[in-house]
Amino acid sequence: MAAAAAAFTNTVFGLIRAYITVAAIGAAGGELAGYSAAQGVTYAFLAQALIGPVHIFGWNELAERVKTGDVAVDLARPVDPQLAFYAADLGRAAYSLIPRGAPPMLVGAAVFGLALPNTPLPYLFGAVSVVLAVSVSFACRWLANLSAFWLLDVRGVTILYVLTAGLLSGHLLPVHWFPGWLATLAHATPFPSMIQTPIDVITGRIQGTEAVTALGIQAFWLVAMLAIGRVTFARGARKLVVQGG
Amino acid sequence: MIISVQDLRREFVVRSPIGRLKRERRVVNAVDGLSFTIERGAAVGYIGANGAGKSTTIKMLTGILVPTAGTVRTCGLEPVADRKSLARRIGVVFGQRSQLWWDLPLAQSYRALAAIHRLRESEWTARRDELVDRLDLGSFLDTPVRQLSLGQRIRGELAAALLHSPELLILDEPTIGLDVLSKERLRVFLGEQRSSHGTTLLLTTHDMDDVQRLCERIIVVDKGRMAYDGTLPGLVERVGAQRVMTLDLHQPSEPLAGIPGTHVVDVEPDGLRQRLAFSPTETTAASVLAAVSTRTDVRDLAIDEPDIEDVVRRLYLSATPN
Amino acid sequence: MADQLAQWWRPYRELIGSRVRSQTAYRRSFALDVLGSAAVGVVEFAEVYIIFSNVDALGGLDFAGVALIFALANLAFSLADLVVGHLDELPRYLRTGTLDAFLLRPLPVLAQLVTSDISLRRLGRTAVSMIILAIALPLNDIDWTAGRIVLVGVAPIAGAAIFAALFVCAGAVLFWLIEGAQFSHAFTYGGNYAATFPASIFAMPMRVFFTFVIPSAFVAYLPTLVLLDLPGPPGLPQWLGWCTPLAAVGIWAIALLSWRAGVRHYTGAGS
Repeated sequence: MAAAAAAFTNTVFGLIRAYITVAAIGAAGGELAGYSAAQGVTYAFLAQALIGPVHIFGWNELAERVKTGDVAVDLARPVDPQLAFYAADLGRAAYSLIPRGAPPMLVGAAVFGLALPNTPLPYLFGAVSVVLAVSVSFACRWLANLSAFWLLDVRGVTILYVLTAGLLSGHLLPVHWFPGWLATLAHATPFPSMIQTPIDVITGRIQGTEAVTALGIQAFWLVAMLAIGRVTFARGARKLVVQGG
Repeated sequence: MIISVQDLRREFVVRSPIGRLKRERRVVNAVDGLSFTIERGAAVGYIGANGAGKSTTIKMLTGILVPTAGTVRTCGLEPVADRKSLARRIGVVFGQRSQLWWDLPLAQSYRALAAIHRLRESEWTARRDELVDRLDLGSFLDTPVRQLSLGQRIRGELAAALLHSPELLILDEPTIGLDVLSKERLRVFLGEQRSSHGTTLLLTTHDMDDVQRLCERIIVVDKGRMAYDGTLPGLVERVGAQRVMTLDLHQPSEPLAGIPGTHVVDVEPDGLRQRLAFSPTETTAASVLAAVSTRTDVRDLAIDEPDIEDVVRRLYLSATPN
Repeated sequence: MADQLAQWWRPYRELIGSRVRSQTAYRRSFALDVLGSAAVGVVEFAEVYIIFSNVDALGGLDFAGVALIFALANLAFSLADLVVGHLDELPRYLRTGTLDAFLLRPLPVLAQLVTSDISLRRLGRTAVSMIILAIALPLNDIDWTAGRIVLVGVAPIAGAAIFAALFVCAGAVLFWLIEGAQFSHAFTYGGNYAATFPASIFAMPMRVFFTFVIPSAFVAYLPTLVLLDLPGPPGLPQWLGWCTPLAAVGIWAIALLSWRAGVRHYTGAGS
């Protein structure tokens, strides 16, 4: 029920954003940063479809557990906490892929018509890219939550995360539309790997070696953020144990 | 009449899932044809098992729920239609739910309530002071409600419900979870309010001592229907529950069997203390004592009234099955 | 008369006063919250900025014009969110029995629910909107008549009323769909999103929807047409820009009716 409602909201936002995109591309003379009207619309709906599975923000579970002390349970378990949560997150993403992803895509196709490739390769690469995107998102959310070990109130971090992730991931507008300095800033962060990259791959905007490189960049960020996450978690756990929680 | 209920009915539709797709739809009559009236100034105990329809009746009396059929008038008003007018004239206390503001100190809650009821400064402060004194709230008036103990919170709620001097006070399980001393203090306070202000009391409770100490009349409801309406002794008599006389004797004696209308419940090993049960409809305490005295010398005696839970249970069992 | 008003306001002032006190009690958290809300406003404006770093016009308006629409819409929305944003927590009030407590008091249920909380942190977004408004107004080279001066003051307030009514409708839905909060976000937050852009970008069906069903266009786009003296797109003549208060009255009538229906459903009168 809640998933249906969220999908509905995504669809409405997708529609509005699609019109904005069309208007912008129209004002640019029919093409903007390599996006035609149809491609722009497709971007808008794909972005909305991915919001659920990728779960860009709004995950506070670890921070809550640190605050309440429940994290001690996770530390005591024989399973590595980060990997355990990672596996759970992948499960969640898989489960929400159709319920959250299908409605915006269907509505977008019905109202506008979507510009999607008709060869299988982009979709194969796309599937890998989406899995990587969900993973990178998890790794970053994990890291953001870790601030709970040091901060009494993680509100500030959460807000900052919502903003940077929301903007720099390409979830509002394609990163390719960003003015130079902002685009550079975005690409220096893992965020575009969460939305921009999978969409680029699925729509076939980047193919062949370019696509593989993009997947490579996603993988790089995944490994990097997971690693930083592990080190930070260990630090935090040690602090918890030393101070008695 | 301050409360008048006629043929009151309230249905609930209960949907329970069968399997994964289908759902069964069942209509439950929480209240099924209830009729009674309560006079101004009365003190009535409203008893019933869990799910018998007590809370549903209270909700319909106070304007929270609309009846499916039948009529209900509280303070002469139709509860749902005249909700706001009614709210000025009644006070309600729920033992298990708070109506106070969780993070505000009691003192502020009272100020807010005075503003809500549009009470004049002079009149409500005097009333508040009286309630603070009678309920002994002074020591925690400035504590946030969430930090109060159960007993403190109930007293605070009571004061909140009485701040605007309502004609009718409705209490839903007010003594639940309280210790014996607190319960007694609460009962004394309620009795006082009734005698000094003429407040009508309607009390739902599982605690029979509440009923015994506070109420002149008891209404028993079972499966949404009236099972008994009268006095507590009348109920005891109707159900045939027995009183137990405990006798302390000067010398050990054989069991005092054979006294008409009684039977021996137990005899202590030393024979000095015996318990005789008798039905108040068949014989009286005086007759039993007289009969015992012809056989042996009684040093002391005590009489236990029937266990009221037992009484009510017997009533349910004797009620016409549906 | 003023005394009567003060008397009527007394209980609500008490209730809101305590909320304000408890929210501002923790200075640092409150400051962070306000900052966070301001940051949200900034990021949303970034979307407009990014678009205009690529094009010169959107829906027939230039950057200054769209910025004006953005500012008016966000100002209205943040004010409404401040006062009634917590209405989507109705399920919590139902669960804790607080709604029963409301029914037992001699005040309207909606009024009690509205005054039971206030989201002061939204002021961050309000501040950002006002700053953008202050910059956008002179940038737009408006031909100031008396009427336009009144309009620029009335539009945000009427717009806030419109969004508040949408929040009330969304809240009323929760009497039936306990988990429907996400669903109504589509209309409240979606309505806001649609209001921050010129309605001329929508195809006809959407344009009609976001004007005459959910009055988003009345909040900022239509008044801006009046301020800039621009013709409206097909279906939306410029003079509608003066009608924002009317739209507010209309949507409030619907909101109050749905709210009443919701309470009746809760008390079992409607079923």
